Amino acid sequence: MDHILTYMTFIPLAGMAVILCMPRGATKAIRLTALGFTIPPLLMAVWLFANFDRTTEAMQFMERAQWIPSFNIQYIMGVDGLSVTMILLTALLCPICILASWNIEKGVKGYFALFLLLDAGMTGVFCALDFFLFYIFWEVMLLPMYFLIGIWGGERREYAAIKFFLYTLAGSVLMMIAMLALYFYNEPHTFDMLVLMDNAGTYSRTFQTWTWLALFIGFAIKIPAFPFHTWLPDAHVEAPTAISVILAGVLLKMGTYGILRFCYPMLPLATQDMAFWALAALGTWNIVYGALCAMAQTDMKKLVAYSSISHMGYVMLGMATMTVQGINGAVLQMFNHGTITAMLFLLVGVVYDRAHHRRIDGFGGLASVMPVYTGIMVIAFFAAMGLPGLSAFISEVLVLLGAWQYSPALAIVAASAVVLTAGYMLWMLQRVWLGPVNEEYASMPDVNAREIVMLAPLAVIVIVLGVYPHAVLDLINTSLTAINNTVLSAVPPLASLPLDVLP
Amino acid sequence: MNLSNIQSLPFSLPEALLAVGVVGLFLLELVVKRKAVLGELALVITAAVTCLVAMQSGGQQGLLFSGMVALDGFSIFFKLLLGLAGFGAVWMSLGSNEMRDEHPGEYYALLLSVTLGMFYMASATNMLMAYLALEFVSQVSYVLTGFIRGSRRGAEAALKYLVYGGVASGAMLYGMSLVYGLAGSLDYAAISQVMAGLGSGGVDGAVVAGAQPVIYLALVLVLAGVGYKIAMVPFHMWSPDVYEGAPLPVTALLSVGSKAAGFAMMIRFFYPAVSAYDGDGNWLTAAGVDWQSLLVVASMVTMTLGNVAALRQDNIKRLLAYSSIAHAGYMLMGFVVMADDGLQAMMFYMVVYYIMNLGAFTVLLMVLNQSGREDIEGFKGLAWRGGALPAAAMLIFMLSLAGLPPFAGFIGKFYLFAAIIRQEMWVLAVVGGLNSVVSLYYYARIVRSMYLDQPAEDAPGFVADRHNGVLVGVLAVATLVFGVWWRPVVALADRSLSFFTG
Repeated sequence: MDHILTYMTFIPLAGMAVILCMPRGATKAIRLTALGFTIPPLLMAVWLFANFDRTTEAMQFMERAQWIPSFNIQYIMGVDGLSVTMILLTALLCPICILASWNIEKGVKGYFALFLLLDAGMTGVFCALDFFLFYIFWEVMLLPMYFLIGIWGGERREYAAIKFFLYTLAGSVLMMIAMLALYFYNEPHTFDMLVLMDNAGTYSRTFQTWTWLALFIGFAIKIPAFPFHTWLPDAHVEAPTAISVILAGVLLKMGTYGILRFCYPMLPLATQDMAFWALAALGTWNIVYGALCAMAQTDMKKLVAYSSISHMGYVMLGMATMTVQGINGAVLQMFNHGTITAMLFLLVGVVYDRAHHRRIDGFGGLASVMPVYTGIMVIAFFAAMGLPGLSAFISEVLVLLGAWQYSPALAIVAASAVVLTAGYMLWMLQRVWLGPVNEEYASMPDVNAREIVMLAPLAVIVIVLGVYPHAVLDLINTSLTAINNTVLSAVPPLASLPLDVLP
Repeated sequence: MNLSNIQSLPFSLPEALLAVGVVGLFLLELVVKRKAVLGELALVITAAVTCLVAMQSGGQQGLLFSGMVALDGFSIFFKLLLGLAGFGAVWMSLGSNEMRDEHPGEYYALLLSVTLGMFYMASATNMLMAYLALEFVSQVSYVLTGFIRGSRRGAEAALKYLVYGGVASGAMLYGMSLVYGLAGSLDYAAISQVMAGLGSGGVDGAVVAGAQPVIYLALVLVLAGVGYKIAMVPFHMWSPDVYEGAPLPVTALLSVGSKAAGFAMMIRFFYPAVSAYDGDGNWLTAAGVDWQSLLVVASMVTMTLGNVAALRQDNIKRLLAYSSIAHAGYMLMGFVVMADDGLQAMMFYMVVYYIMNLGAFTVLLMVLNQSGREDIEGFKGLAWRGGALPAAAMLIFMLSLAGLPPFAGFIGKFYLFAAIIRQEMWVLAVVGGLNSVVSLYYYARIVRSMYLDQPAEDAPGFVADRHNGVLVGVLAVATLVFGVWWRPVVALADRSLSFFTG
């Protein structure tokens, strides 16, 4: 398995090429082909999980090749605990999303081709260790996303698609400027992220601050952090179910992944300076704001979308604390949120497929109509609320433990917001699934085998990680501790110290 | 080498062939029955000229015609590009319905002569020669713009073009006369020696201080002339009307050809003629005259105005006109860094711009041929009514123009940004970056219209014609390939940045 990361990234791309060559009418074959090309990456991800060396923070499964030597652009792939977790999540969600897209009838060929392109882009983002390569993968995702929302979305799809496109591009442009600034700051100039990290000690504070801000805005748009979040509810509501899953499950994680991959190890001084306001305070505000907005929604999907904003706030808060618990909790929360929100969107999608609307007040008593469905749904809801025994509980507690050591005030606010989460979740649960049966939907069929296949693995993971979080924590701990220590131990480079500190 | 008139002839084969072609086409029209032959002949001539230029590359460098024009890496690079632009314009004209019955002999002869003029714009190393070449190109362009007889739009555009052009070239002439007054010579090499003397401190400080305002004024006036050719704000006003009014192949030629020629002339004048090379990839302005800041502002205003004005255009020709103004602004980013890597980035970008913009115009031509429409409605649902391939190509061109990877336009922009960030011009970088975001909106409008909108019930099906399809296909593939593997192009730009100054 020498080039496993390259295979994982480019197998979906090969799948796209195959699908583009297939006749338009062969919808069934196209669906199966798409599924077929997402399975090998999943198996490889499992293999990675099994063979990953958990005792070292060094990058593993490295690949390196020259691409454009005159500009010192290289093709470097590699993973550490942080990225391997995200790759697992991506590889897991992609086949599930293909299953969730089984009902797409319009432009099947284009849909699955674009989906596989998106898959390749996402995997590439998490594997790339050359900043330029990372940027290319990052941007490659925009195009399929634009079309997937814009062609297969709901009523206001065009607006949502272009809004997503413009917001993200604005962020990426700033990222490109920061990328070039880092490139020219290093001598010899390089995009090699490992070198950029190694040289972090030589970057002056001013340089770090500005670069940090440029990168942060790019990533904050993706998270999405308040006030850059307004594209998210639109995109989610209009996107087809599977795309919502990818959006919430993987794309949002790229924002926090980027901060941990770039801002933390490359710009540690600025991270120290900025963490409180830009990450901890803003993250806490995200938690409360997202929860409050979620309470006011009448559309199930929009509610889940705002709950994502709220839950991503925990990730920001956790990593800002720079404690071992906090930062581990943050990444665990990224994984957990990826699985739980994926379930929530899939579940909403199941109802939407049958009823063709998602109004919270339009149902009632679904529990007695669809018992199996309700059983799975309860797991997802309780997990989202952070109930003990389910995965999100562990990660939220870890984040709060870290936050308490960092700033008790923020910890108290963040912990109290759990009440709000329970509020909107239970409220929706009560109005949609409990109470008298709405006669209109009295004969709604329960989940079918395909839907169980896509929901069950996620439910199992949510339960397993609730009792055995070490499956993921072991994976990430070493890498994250190393990243954390880089930030904690960073001192300004000698040249920029004030004179009186020098001997 | 510095050759006399007769000695220069063997090194002017491409130009000679173009000149023969011009005369030949005029005469042949009188005798040939099948008029289509004329266009095909012009196509062969432009292709042959491009090959002849390519054969010159890597050969001897020198000054021709007693220092009037230079044969060096720089001029060969631009002549290649301009030859290809001429080729593209002829190819498009052959596939254009509106040009079918319009006096082909004269039309193609004029296309060849405008190419000839652009060749000399790119290689002139004497102010007189530069001025004559620029005027030659302008005059022929006026005629080409209004070439379709009976078209009110065309006639109006040609007149506007003429009036603006007259003012701009008058201003430039005055600027050149000031330079002549200072340097005592029209020759770039002589001017550069005088300017270097002013900058070196060997001259009395008071003289330098006295010369500075004059030089500044002269440079601004020259800028008016070339700025008008490249459609830089505030000399851009002609371009939306002219682009809209001119026949489509001519519009394409103006946007990829005469813009590149204008930039070539501008670089030759502002760099080797009036700035000094420090031998290490950087340039110093003459006598400390800060024309750089002025152009930084011009660059930002040009790209912003172009992009903002394009947002609301429904006519695609007009939209592409504003987009081409914005791209002039991007290219100026490479111009203001006063370093070789900026110039190389510009040259690289011009190649990329040629590919993607010519592609966009050719797709527009296909739509125009089919439906007679050149507004955004003509693109509605294109992908769903038989135009899947042209729509995919247009998608590539649009996203490449917006500067998204993995298309060549991104790489071009990347090099431009790299050049300005190396000089730590942060404001320009941020403005340029945000402009890319703005531009995405109107490029995506076309994409949306092709893919996201459904065709109207009674919309006619789309049948792609093969002639234009071939050009579109080649350009689309090039846009993709150069987006992933652009080493040869960048190597060519690197190699070609050499000025022969005697």
